[in-house]
Amino acid sequence: MIDDDVGVAEEPVLREIETTGWEIKKRLSGDNIFKWMTFLFAFSVLAILLLMVVEMVEESLLSMDKFGWGFITGQDWDAVQESFGALPFIWGSVVTSILALLLATPLSVGTALFITEIVPKKAGGVVASLVELLAAIPSVIYGLWGVLVMAPWVQRSVGPFLIDHLGFLPFFKGPAYGVGILAAVFILMIMVVPIITSITKEVILAVPQSQREAAIALGATRWEMLRIAVLPYGKSGILGAVILGLGRAIGETMAVTMVIGNTPQIFTSLLAPGYTMPSVIANEFAEASSNLHSAALMEIGLILLVVTLIINSLARLLIWSVTRGERGGNVI
Amino acid sequence: MTVLAWRKGKSAGMTLLMALFTLAVLIPLVLIFIHIIKMGFSSINLDFFLQIPKPTGETGGGMANGLAGSAILITLASLLGIPVGIFGAIYLTEYGGGRFSDLIRFCADVLSGIPSIITGMVAYTLLVVPLKGFSALAGAFALSLIMIPIVLRTTEEQLKLVPGTLREASLALGIPLWRTTLKVTLRSALTGVITGILLSIARVAGETAPLLFTALGNQFWSRKLTEPIAAMPLQIFSFAISPYDDWHRLAWAGALVLVTIMFGLSLAARYFGRSRQSGN
Repeated sequence: MIDDDVGVAEEPVLREIETTGWEIKKRLSGDNIFKWMTFLFAFSVLAILLLMVVEMVEESLLSMDKFGWGFITGQDWDAVQESFGALPFIWGSVVTSILALLLATPLSVGTALFITEIVPKKAGGVVASLVELLAAIPSVIYGLWGVLVMAPWVQRSVGPFLIDHLGFLPFFKGPAYGVGILAAVFILMIMVVPIITSITKEVILAVPQSQREAAIALGATRWEMLRIAVLPYGKSGILGAVILGLGRAIGETMAVTMVIGNTPQIFTSLLAPGYTMPSVIANEFAEASSNLHSAALMEIGLILLVVTLIINSLARLLIWSVTRGERGGNVI
Repeated sequence: MTVLAWRKGKSAGMTLLMALFTLAVLIPLVLIFIHIIKMGFSSINLDFFLQIPKPTGETGGGMANGLAGSAILITLASLLGIPVGIFGAIYLTEYGGGRFSDLIRFCADVLSGIPSIITGMVAYTLLVVPLKGFSALAGAFALSLIMIPIVLRTTEEQLKLVPGTLREASLALGIPLWRTTLKVTLRSALTGVITGILLSIARVAGETAPLLFTALGNQFWSRKLTEPIAAMPLQIFSFAISPYDDWHRLAWAGALVLVTIMFGLSLAARYFGRSRQSGN
């Protein structure tokens, strides 16, 4: 086979004479074609992302024109009157995600510390792969378990218990339906724990051994060593893991849709049903009654997209700053 | 000494607390598995694999159309998503470098963090509206958008592991760069690349949200790729939220099959990943 690169070694004079023929051949050579093909595929990733943003903006223009910024603070959601406001969904998403993270963060960091610093490596590995199994279960199966097993349990046991003992607080008022905010918080907590745990584990493993040794040499107990040497060193990475979990919780659709009760309202009781941004899209988008209705749903999608873009970028930067781009680049 | 005792006690207490947290993380996992296995095995039978869902009120039926639909959707999504992912990764490792490659990496990471329901909405505006109907094609397109960043990033990681000397040896023999890339670089990273592909398939096999308004679901068999098509996750969803016990039964059986398929894929991925490690 004749390789095109041989041309480079030829005499300059010769090259000058044959330059046109050589140039064409080089341009059409396998290497160039292949390079441009791979470039096109790589470029398509950027194109897809831009296309997504452009499409979402374009499709929600109708709703933006009609409601303006009032869309975010509006509380009505009425397809018949064509009056749409996103506040109940934003409220639902924010409350469920934040509560789920408040529960999941200590559990995840505790588990990550336990499996990396305390138990023998092999036992820790077993627990780590079990936790990774949790991450692999599809959202719809969490939803199935949530609606058929967990929600009835919340209705029978957790709900009445909270009403009896903490019922004087506005957060635990009213009848327990089973499906509702509390069930959504539980299911989200179960779903984000594996993400936060596995990234925190990586972050803790990236803490240099000398940090631990220094603390131990100063006479620190095991907990003091973790508190003064390991956790502060991995602080920003762990924060990144938590923020990534937040991004996942806010965008989570199926499991939440199945257990949250799908009622657009500004709730104060955790036992009441609610609604989130992804859930309303999932439930109403395919059967949107008018152009304005689907544009309003698109705008909710756009808000969700912008929020997750910000959250994810922030999380990546934080995780990269600790693991120095070695492990942080993995797609999760 | 009492201070030391207190410090030691505190350390032991925190260790115990961490152990309890680990236990609390594992309990839901165990419960979910117990329920899937118990309910799934008591509900599954041969009809599940051979029949389509019965109309409301009739007992029996299965998810044969959902199984086939999922297989079709995943195949189509792979045809679109895997080449883009692999060749994009080849550009990043073999030709790229510099700001543009970093931008592509960043975009891939961001893309993988976008909620899958938004992928579904975009596929709806790009394919369902112009084609005037829900279709398997739109569903597969939405799934491929989820596969691309996963395949791209895992392939890139694997290609980076191939030693430069291998490429140089091939180039020194006069083999053009593109053939070197395909026959030497990609080939020696193949098992790792396959691992990434299997993981991406496992991921999209369970995706429901992007299919809600693209593939839509179908109670019957689909004849064309331009028709709505049934998919396992969609059927599990609609059966789980239905009020009928018989449909709940089918949903559990579906969950068991789906989880089995996904763990099968993960195990296969691990097997490939391991054989690569031992090979080096």
